[in-house]
Amino acid sequence: MSTITENITWFAACRSADVPQNGGVCVKYNNDQIALFNFTRRGEWYASQNMCPHRMQMALSRGMIGSQDGEPKVACPFHKRTFSLITGACLNGDECAIKTYPVKVEDGLVYIGIPEADGPLPA
Amino acid sequence: MKIVIIGNGMVGYKFCEKLVSKCPDRDLLSIVVFGEEIRPAYDRVHLSEFFSGKGAADLALAPASWYSDNNIQLHLSDPVTSIDRSNKTVHSHKGLTVAYDVLILATGSSAFVPPIPGVEKEGVFIYRTIEDLEMMQDYAKRAKKGAVIGGGLLGLEAAKAMIDLGIPDTVVIEFAPRLMPRQVDDAGSRILKSKLEALGLRVQTNKNTAAILGDEYITGMQFTDETHLPVDMLIISAGIKPRDELARAAGLEVGARGGIVVNDHMQTSDPNIFAIGECALHNGMIYGLVAPGYEMAEVVAAQLCGSVKSFHGFDMSTKLKLIGVDVASFGDPFIAGSEFRSVVFEDSCKGIYKRINITADGKQLLGGILIGDAADYNMLLQTVKNKLALPPNPEDLILGARGSSEGHENAGVSSLPDEALICSCESITKGQVCNAVTASGCETVDAIKKCTKAGTGCGGCIPMIKDLMVHTMKSQGKYIRNVLCEHFDLSRQELYDLIKVKELKSYDLVLNELGHGDGCEICKPAVSSIMASIWNEMILKKGNDTAQDSNDRYLANIQKGGTYSVVPRIPGGEITPDKLIVIGSVAKKYNLYTKITGGQRIDLFGAHLNDLPNIWKELIEAGFESGHAYGKALRTVKSCVGSTWCRFGLHDSVSFAIKIEERYRGVRAPHKFKSGVSGCIRECAEAQAKDFGIMATEKGWNLYVCGNGGSKPQHAQLLATDLDDETCIRYIDRFLMFYIKTADPLTRTAAWLNKMEGGIDYLRNVVVNDSLGLAAELEAAMQLLVDNYSCEWKEVVENPELQKRFSHFVNAPEEKDPSVKFEPLREQKIAANWK
Repeated sequence: MSTITENITWFAACRSADVPQNGGVCVKYNNDQIALFNFTRRGEWYASQNMCPHRMQMALSRGMIGSQDGEPKVACPFHKRTFSLITGACLNGDECAIKTYPVKVEDGLVYIGIPEADGPLPA
Repeated sequence: MKIVIIGNGMVGYKFCEKLVSKCPDRDLLSIVVFGEEIRPAYDRVHLSEFFSGKGAADLALAPASWYSDNNIQLHLSDPVTSIDRSNKTVHSHKGLTVAYDVLILATGSSAFVPPIPGVEKEGVFIYRTIEDLEMMQDYAKRAKKGAVIGGGLLGLEAAKAMIDLGIPDTVVIEFAPRLMPRQVDDAGSRILKSKLEALGLRVQTNKNTAAILGDEYITGMQFTDETHLPVDMLIISAGIKPRDELARAAGLEVGARGGIVVNDHMQTSDPNIFAIGECALHNGMIYGLVAPGYEMAEVVAAQLCGSVKSFHGFDMSTKLKLIGVDVASFGDPFIAGSEFRSVVFEDSCKGIYKRINITADGKQLLGGILIGDAADYNMLLQTVKNKLALPPNPEDLILGARGSSEGHENAGVSSLPDEALICSCESITKGQVCNAVTASGCETVDAIKKCTKAGTGCGGCIPMIKDLMVHTMKSQGKYIRNVLCEHFDLSRQELYDLIKVKELKSYDLVLNELGHGDGCEICKPAVSSIMASIWNEMILKKGNDTAQDSNDRYLANIQKGGTYSVVPRIPGGEITPDKLIVIGSVAKKYNLYTKITGGQRIDLFGAHLNDLPNIWKELIEAGFESGHAYGKALRTVKSCVGSTWCRFGLHDSVSFAIKIEERYRGVRAPHKFKSGVSGCIRECAEAQAKDFGIMATEKGWNLYVCGNGGSKPQHAQLLATDLDDETCIRYIDRFLMFYIKTADPLTRTAAWLNKMEGGIDYLRNVVVNDSLGLAAELEAAMQLLVDNYSCEWKEVVENPELQKRFSHFVNAPEEKDPSVKFEPLREQKIAANWK
């Protein structure tokens, strides 16, 4: 996250009310898919790539979120690989890490921060 | 002291590990290791797992950094080429010269390749290193017909590799008259052969290969009996050959058939040079297993660290899972003669063979063989090693104490002496395991593994470690808690009672009141299931939607590629032509793949998330309702056609199946459950393979419970006989609610009963004789669920708010997931394969 400091494009994804409490939705961003999570219990929002790297499935937004030793995580609905929502690291296997994005909420709208230097999201 | 180790295999690594952990004057040792492979030591025992998904990193015993962290110089890809004993130096391939005070030869073995003409052809492999496997992987893509020379332990491992590589037709060729000639007798080999054949392998014994055919690459094999076999890939796994060439060149004594001669201290003919592992010849024996190699490493490490220890041979008992078949051999498996007797149990139906050899007076166990079921291995091995007294009927050892086997097992663990060896790979005794629990406070198997290293080798002793742990904790008066996860310090049963008493109806409330933290993918579905089992409220309301497992959240089963399948309920498997036509036209309209399920209904695959509400709207209008195929809930009640049409039928099994299915539809439980109703003893509905099964008798219904198909099939057991409809349903109410109330999460009824103390007799007492006085409560709880039933999909179809969640993109609700891909197959479509 430390590298993403300046050149961020804030993309208006949806209204905050569109995202279920303690759950996720999938956001279309150009030709990419981003999973957006409303972690009401922690009062936090997270975003990551929607694709689970284990079997390349567009599924993380439909996964259950939770925590492990206090670290917020999402579990892929397919085979329950879990990933940190902060670092993106796989917490229960050796899958490669997923991309995570900053999120901000203003006036009931949810914005996802896309680093400009970043190329396209994983397809 | 300068120590040089030649060889970085499993035993070489173990030696380093023992040296580092044992030596009081570690700082005075300089340790240099030479290995010829490109990787640091890895787990060769589990090599075949490389193909079933374990990468090289998973197999590594320790990363390269471990060596540097422990101040060990590791030279990989650099074999030692010569030993200069007079100057006490070794010279490596890359040109290094290193001096030693003590030299350890841990050079291991290579595959023995018999001198058959044609072994040099392409497509002929040996099975020894990760490089070998990588080469096979490339070649296997073009191969259809495989063969393995060698029907021993390694040969069968290689055959498993062939299966994992996707080679459809593989033949195992063994020179001896039977498989695994060192471990198994003729009768055992026959059973093993039939089990392997059932798995799709072919086995030919008494076969001697004369030549390998083909020009550049293998096309077939010619045998000495004039027969031949078309083959396009061959693995030779006919035995091992000790790597003694360095020792031989240095003038050390070697055996006539190979192997570096060592004494009880593992010393070679040069007292400054030791040999350990598969290259060492001790007392005329080469030990081709890892456990004795580890023991040799221990013997040398102990001596170098100043203690006295020697090697006196090693028990070659072994238990393995070969291609999914348990094979074990312990003590003396073959002993015969007038002073000995053997007890043999053979079940050729199930593919189980057990043999024990005992003294003629029936007092002592000497050895035996187990095939197909080796659950008793640990206990039998301990009985041999510790000369434990045998029961009055020694056959009980393999036939099990009749009834519950649990008592036997536990009594077994406690009867072992403290010095009984539990983990032979790491030489850990019962006393050490128990001490880890009492003195070091280890209360999980993982903690014990970390603390003692027991169970970290082959892993065969882990069940016994767990038994010992539980036993020790119980004897300390500790209550063994079976908690859900890090967010709830409660068992499922405790949670169930608390949620009911406190009348909690949303996941968040349960977490606030009874748990802590943010929840996870273990406790969320478990708590959701409990609430559904108690209240039977619509599972997507009260914010519980995001606490459901994905399938429950979308009321459909997620399938490969991210689409869903739709299963309407077809009670008892009875359906009108009109309804069949509706299913057909819906499937056509939404382009769905259709298949009849094992439970007499129809599954529609390949539905986009966005289409689910519309599909269900049409199905519901035609009179269908949810089949709950996505839930841990009642699936189907399968029925035979019964007395309405069948000339043998005693009662109307279809009508009763429909009644049962409509009563329990939508009831959620710790796991899915299934039922069946058969109209006569012919049992065409396979009711005895179900969680509860009903079979017509002359006088009424027999009720069977806790059967299971799946990976571990188990027949249901008879709970009660000759029941009328009402009594049968009352008993099922009680049985199901008792299961729902007491089972652990994701435990099927069969596994639940297997763990129940007292087994089916206890369950019968609770359900039929009301021994706990719970019957009325259980019946009332079930009646509440039945009364509260409503079709979840009907609610979604009628509720736009709930429907909103069935879109792929929150910011483009009309668009379907563009990444979904299908492929055509037999006039339908299937999901595109994943990586």
